Amino acid sequence: MADASNDPLIQAEGLRKSFGSFEAVRGIDVQVRAGESFGFLGPNGAGKSSTMRMIAAVSPISGGTLRILGMDPAIDGPSIRARIGVCPQEDTLDTELNVRDNLYIYGRYFGLPRAEVSKRCDELLEFVQLTDKAKAKVEMLSGGMKRRLTIARSLINRPDILLLDEPTTGLDPQARHVVWDRLFRLKQQGVTLVLTTHYMDEAEQLCDRLVVMDQGVIVAEGAPHELIRSYSTREVAELRFGIGENEHVAPKVEDLADRVEVLPDRLLLYVDNGEEAIAKVHERGLDPIMSLVRRSTLEDVFLRLTGRTLVD
Amino acid sequence: MSTPNLAPRMIDYWAITYKRTYKASLISSFLTPLLYIVAMGVLLGGFIEGDPAKLEGATTYLAFVAPGMVAAQTMTTVFGHTTYMLMGMIKWNKIHDGMLATPLGVPDLIASHLGFVVFRVGLVTGVFMLVMAPFGVFESVTGTIAAFFVQLLLGLAFAACVYAFTAGLKDESAFSLLFRFGLIPMFLFSGAFFPVSNLNPVLERLAQATPLWQGVNLTRMLVLGQVDTGWATFNVAYLLVMSAIGWWWANRRLTRRLVT
Repeated sequence: MADASNDPLIQAEGLRKSFGSFEAVRGIDVQVRAGESFGFLGPNGAGKSSTMRMIAAVSPISGGTLRILGMDPAIDGPSIRARIGVCPQEDTLDTELNVRDNLYIYGRYFGLPRAEVSKRCDELLEFVQLTDKAKAKVEMLSGGMKRRLTIARSLINRPDILLLDEPTTGLDPQARHVVWDRLFRLKQQGVTLVLTTHYMDEAEQLCDRLVVMDQGVIVAEGAPHELIRSYSTREVAELRFGIGENEHVAPKVEDLADRVEVLPDRLLLYVDNGEEAIAKVHERGLDPIMSLVRRSTLEDVFLRLTGRTLVD
Repeated sequence: MSTPNLAPRMIDYWAITYKRTYKASLISSFLTPLLYIVAMGVLLGGFIEGDPAKLEGATTYLAFVAPGMVAAQTMTTVFGHTTYMLMGMIKWNKIHDGMLATPLGVPDLIASHLGFVVFRVGLVTGVFMLVMAPFGVFESVTGTIAAFFVQLLLGLAFAACVYAFTAGLKDESAFSLLFRFGLIPMFLFSGAFFPVSNLNPVLERLAQATPLWQGVNLTRMLVLGQVDTGWATFNVAYLLVMSAIGWWWANRRLTRRLVT
């Protein structure tokens, strides 16, 4: 259903959002094309949700320009919303109704005929593995099930763009993997996904391309592996020396790495070969309580760009 | 402000929501008027031997108080559907946020909610009037039918204003003020249970300025078949203006709250 032309589905230039004197989004440029999986990565308060609400055509923009599916949300809000699916950060399900009724009434809001909504309800319940819960009250569902129901609900109008605001925040690891699996299937079907997250593993798994946001601005943009290549090293050696010790050790190992980050509980050595670096640390008579080698992640990219961690 | 042209899409929502509770609500719709009329009309009314000239044209206290109770019931039904229930939708369940992510807009949400409240008022007062009819309290059949439609107008006027009030509230604490200083004084002093002419002239004017009195007066004149055209026109105009202002205010308050 994507636009035949090659125009971006979402195009923002100098997009701003303020609440009184507080500027949540301070001039961002974003383009999302059909079939892409696009992410906004950043810590809480980076302006991701405000951006998503503007893209969802529910929050008026404060400055810049925004076009969704070629339309202006200030003028064509209802037409835009008719063609996008929204999975908000907080569940907005009707907890007094059962699972299927939640889907059904939502489909009716889009003006779909009753028979068609009914058909889609069955398909979507199957897709999110909630068929056997169709008659259950929403308040009886687990967090992961509610999330899947919200995702099903956001697909009832067969949207051109699916917006997911922190799709797995608050879910336990197992429930997250089920949600990721479903989202990955949608991605493979060619659905354009736009998501926000403060989990770097989520961004790496689901996003073809992402922007890193911090304090209302975009600080980097690219594919996850490109960002890691540009802003970090291949590997990271993590060393733990005990409380208060880490900052004293840092100068002694500085020359072993491209860069050293001192975190409250550990040292990060940005290197190409982690094992080799750790061996050299030991050669110098330094004896960390714990050491490990891992690949660089988007977390490291964020740390490099902002000097802060994603999840605080 | 856009028009609520998509509101009909929400009919299924209200139907499904109502289907869950209609049995309980129907039973209470029958019981409430019965309890009222027995307690207030028959038992209490049995002690009241007022001069019929002072009962605004009613021949008995029962006939006097019945239309008053109908209008008062309309008001309390509205409050039940536009205070905590609405707060739940906006704030606690956030289902309004979910609705606004679809093509629906704030005017659709409000129009459909007000439509549902008027439907409920119609059902509750319809049953109320049917239960009261055998007590011989309605003099004029056409007047009684007209009085039924007055309840819908009275319901809309209250619903629009209380909706607007609730739409802007941060939390539910203001509801107790609304009930204590709005609903209860109006219920007691707007002429439902005694003629407002019993009050001193200043308080009488004050009572006649309340929305409920417009409904009480209209309902009573109609069911007794003694309509004063001047007063009736004033009462209807009052309720129409109140509906329009409330509706406009509700749109403004809910938009400010949810479209940020």
